[in-house]
Amino acid sequence: MTYPLRRAGLLLAAAGAALSLSLGGCSSAPENPVERLPVLGFKSAEPTSAADTLPDPIPAFRLTNQDRQVITNQTFAGKVYVTDFFFATCPSICPKMQSELLRVYKAFEPNPNVLFLSHTIDPAHDSIPVLRDYAERLGINDASRWHFATAPRDSIFALAKAYMTGAQVDATVPGGYAHSGTFALVDSRRRVRGVYDGMVAAQVDQLIKDIPVLLKEEAEAPQPVAAK
Amino acid sequence: MRSRPLRLLGAGSLLLTLAFSLESCFTERQNEGAQLYAAHCSSCHGDQGQGLERLIPPVAAADYVAQHRAELPCLIRKGMQGDIVVNGIHYNQIMPGHEDLTDSQITNLLNFVQTNWGNNNQPYTMRETSELLGRCNGSDGQ
Repeated sequence: MTYPLRRAGLLLAAAGAALSLSLGGCSSAPENPVERLPVLGFKSAEPTSAADTLPDPIPAFRLTNQDRQVITNQTFAGKVYVTDFFFATCPSICPKMQSELLRVYKAFEPNPNVLFLSHTIDPAHDSIPVLRDYAERLGINDASRWHFATAPRDSIFALAKAYMTGAQVDATVPGGYAHSGTFALVDSRRRVRGVYDGMVAAQVDQLIKDIPVLLKEEAEAPQPVAAK
Repeated sequence: MRSRPLRLLGAGSLLLTLAFSLESCFTERQNEGAQLYAAHCSSCHGDQGQGLERLIPPVAAADYVAQHRAELPCLIRKGMQGDIVVNGIHYNQIMPGHEDLTDSQITNLLNFVQTNWGNNNQPYTMRETSELLGRCNGSDGQ
């Protein structure tokens, strides 16, 4: 091998090594796990400044839970919560989805800073007694920890969008409503910090890992008590 | 005397043939029942038939599955609603019907449930399932 050729070979080997190192960097996990969850959502308003890039917060809401208590954003002040959309007679994904949410609930049952909020998307059928019966059959007797809530349908569908869940009337699917099994994790400042497919156990596992990350952030940077 | 072992062999093979053909009466596709369960039932009744708290009854080790054996084909075909008691616990949910399954699929599905997860009940033949489905006008003859 002549000298220039050998040199080219060395260069090639070096380039290859560098490439494999950098490619390896793409696939290997970062050394430190994520310490902060992203802020998710939609931004519908015109930015007021170049720095104004945060998505819209969850809008003000007023719902009624299975104990006939009015619940609003204030109910969740200083807490983090997990929310989903279901209906009591849902024959397709709801039982699986609610059994997965029950798994999350049980993981954080001793922690009063973690709340749960299930919205019915069929308020015409799911009256307060129906919601109460559903909650009790699921084993939830403390409505202040897991709210099963109703409101006029348009309000619910608008909230579903804010929580990044698909929900709509669809006569072609069993039960009459098309909806996704999304769980949204919401912080004390009305921001969505994670969305998870409630039908996929691995994603629900991730939610169970993410909640303590959010709780740590909330504890380290105390926010105004009132959720504005 | 040479014919005796031959006769035994003949009888043995006859029995063997009979056993195989009888088995095929109950289920031709061994895994179809499990696959149908996963596709049509597991979301509500659980991936191990465990049900969900007091909302959805279990099908695993369920007295209802044994005691209401003759009604189950129509229950799957037409669905059900109203209060039912399974293993002493009251449930009240809507179960959708399954007009999309053939009689033979219902047979394989039920045979999977009847012989798994703590259930040890008599399986159905295709003909029996179709007859039982006839009670609710639910047999498609397939």
